[in-house]
Amino acid sequence: MIVELGHFALILAFLVACVQAVVPLIGAHQRWPGWMAMAEPAANAQFMLTAFSFGALTYAFVTSDFSVALVVQNSHSLKPMIYKISGVWGNHEGSMLLWVLILTLFGAMAAWFGGNLPPTLKARVLAVQSSVAVAFFAFIIFTSNPFIRMSVPPFDGQDLNPLLQDPGLAFHPPFLYLGYVGLSLAFSFAVAALIEGRVDAAWGRWVRPWTLLAWVNLTIGIGLGSWWAYYELGWGGFWFWDPVENASFMPWLLAAALLHSSIVVEKRESLKSWTILLAILAFGFSLIGTFIVRSGVITSVHAFANDPERGVFILMILGFFMGGALTLFAARASSMEAKGVFSLVSRESALVMNNILLAVSCFVVFIGTIWPLVAEMLFDRKLSVGPPFFDMAFTPFMVVLGAILPIGAMMPWKRAELGRSLRPLIPAFVLALSVAVLAFAMQTGRSALGPVGLFLGTWLISGAMVDVWSRTGRGAVAGRLSRLGRLPRADWGKAVAHGGLGVTMLGIAGLLAWQQEDIRVVQFNEPFEVAGFTLSLTDVQRIEGPNYISTMGWVDLSRDGRAISTLTPEKRFYPVAQMPTTEAAIDIGFWRDVYVVIGDPQANGGWAIRTYYKPLANWIWGGTILMALGGMLSISDRRFRVAAGAARREPTAGVPAE
Amino acid sequence: MTRLFMALWLALAGVAPLSLVTAIPAYAVQPDEVLDDPDLEARARELSRGLRCMVCRNESIDESNAELARDMRLLVRERLVAGDSDQEVVEFIVDRYGEYALLKPTTGGANWLLWAAGPLMMLLALGVGFSYLRTRQSATETGPGQLSDEEKAKLSKILED
Repeated sequence: MIVELGHFALILAFLVACVQAVVPLIGAHQRWPGWMAMAEPAANAQFMLTAFSFGALTYAFVTSDFSVALVVQNSHSLKPMIYKISGVWGNHEGSMLLWVLILTLFGAMAAWFGGNLPPTLKARVLAVQSSVAVAFFAFIIFTSNPFIRMSVPPFDGQDLNPLLQDPGLAFHPPFLYLGYVGLSLAFSFAVAALIEGRVDAAWGRWVRPWTLLAWVNLTIGIGLGSWWAYYELGWGGFWFWDPVENASFMPWLLAAALLHSSIVVEKRESLKSWTILLAILAFGFSLIGTFIVRSGVITSVHAFANDPERGVFILMILGFFMGGALTLFAARASSMEAKGVFSLVSRESALVMNNILLAVSCFVVFIGTIWPLVAEMLFDRKLSVGPPFFDMAFTPFMVVLGAILPIGAMMPWKRAELGRSLRPLIPAFVLALSVAVLAFAMQTGRSALGPVGLFLGTWLISGAMVDVWSRTGRGAVAGRLSRLGRLPRADWGKAVAHGGLGVTMLGIAGLLAWQQEDIRVVQFNEPFEVAGFTLSLTDVQRIEGPNYISTMGWVDLSRDGRAISTLTPEKRFYPVAQMPTTEAAIDIGFWRDVYVVIGDPQANGGWAIRTYYKPLANWIWGGTILMALGGMLSISDRRFRVAAGAARREPTAGVPAE
Repeated sequence: MTRLFMALWLALAGVAPLSLVTAIPAYAVQPDEVLDDPDLEARARELSRGLRCMVCRNESIDESNAELARDMRLLVRERLVAGDSDQEVVEFIVDRYGEYALLKPTTGGANWLLWAAGPLMMLLALGVGFSYLRTRQSATETGPGQLSDEEKAKLSKILED
């Protein structure tokens, strides 16, 4: 019964979305207040109906209702509760429902916090957002319905893929979707502005917190996925340049570009048409990602059962929204003339450079991702584009970005003097250079990768510190210190996010340049050395888990005779899904991880053991967290809360004029 | 690593778990494959990282757990022990398995476009960006002319702080 109600609510939400996509648009065109005003309650209704529908599906999973086909295919009565819940989005149909839930959530949030928007713009934003929802509701209802019942319910389910039964991956999709579905709102703002025919500073300010929110979630989502790959896959890689990963990385790069260019729109009323284009493309890449992931066109080589009908449907959605938005852009962009005047050396120019680098690097990822398809269709060549290509073609842009970022961040608006911006950075530069030289001197004849990475990371972190410090003005140190705490949160957000990028670069450089690997057959209680650590396998046992059987090894880790910890690497076997997984054991440290994986027993006794020494590994995700934190600090800045409509609730007398 | 893509795939795409039954992880390079000569072994690892496991999804033979990847790893080592140069080993693999086995695409034929796409786009973007900045430098500041007074007041209210 509840499942049917959920199904019904979904169809109802689709109908509400249809109305919301049309009526406010006409209302805004004719200036009919009543027609425009319907957008707000409709957005709320859409969100609540979708939330109810999602709740109903979750209920079916939680109660293990095996009359629902989706539950049968992705759940099992013995599965721990958390994975019963995460099973809701661990499949195509359920994840699409999560997709529209987040889409309607962003629509509803635009209604809740959009009190400050002009009524016509608000009506148009909500209508455009709803038209995207119409397309995806139709996609779910007509091609991917999660509420289909079984005529003969089986006794138990087929279990969720064991690899997804992991805390890191359970929450990876929701964050990822909050990120790339969140970009839909930036898209809606862009299209609404094109229909309005006007982009001003206020538009830049409205669109920025939403872009930031999407970007923060995308950052967390990608970080979680990468962290999961690191500890779960058994050899500690963190990024593979797979089309599915690239699908989430491209919108991330464009969203990063967008949230920088919208600063220029807000502060300087320039880069308007470019910012609009970025907002359209960022969501476009989200749709392309969805297409890549769900159609199987690009990774189709080794057949996963994919429904071509779904791919075609998404391609149509993509074609409609990108074609429509870009046509509108071509017709209207010329009317958005820029106002600000600035010299070649200025904050504006630095942000233009940031945008060029991010957009071009996104383009490189895009070309690399689709090239196998292009080569096969146009040139009849079956080829691969793998990590070696991306490492070579993508990395240089990031190196340049890292090198100029601290300088650009210090430049004032309008007109900068290079010398004056560079001077405070001299200590940061000297520090970074000495770290790099020290690393180069200490390593033994290896590539420049490590030292260059350490230079960039240190340069970014110390540059961010100099940036924050320079905001405190002049005078005594004590006074400046006390002003540090009163800086706008956006200033802190900027420094924390830039520093976070530096921390991530340090982690990547450290891991790639100085990782050590050891593969060997180990006998019980025969210690061996890896990177100065002593390891000894003491025991291997068979252990039963709730829905798996584990082969667990005990490995004592010590250094110079001092015990550090006992690691328990596992191999698990999930009988229902008939699938094995590896669970690496990691001794996590600030400076390094020691990573142990147990393999197969060997014919002549002993076990295959694989050990890695991974310097600075955790800095990769530490930096990711810092970037997300920086974004959140920025969102919480007062001027966004004011812009988001909170002003109405603040007593006006209490706000001092600045 | 196949499993990463399967998992991401599943997380994002939702493929029936039945299609995953074939995954047989143990792990990539096995102790018995490692060559005694550390220099040769290092070359073998480097080469393996650039060769694709033919039955996997976007995975190098160095990371793959598939039987075929093991065969290819052994083949690479065999050729190295026989005295082939890196280039010869790669050619041997390409002859046998086709261009598809190369994770780093060649620059031959239309592939120059793939390799040149980034730098060309960068030059184009720099050109457009520079000419834009030039116009901004010589432009004259224009006021918010097309706004009505009421809109101006609203705008400044929104922007104040």
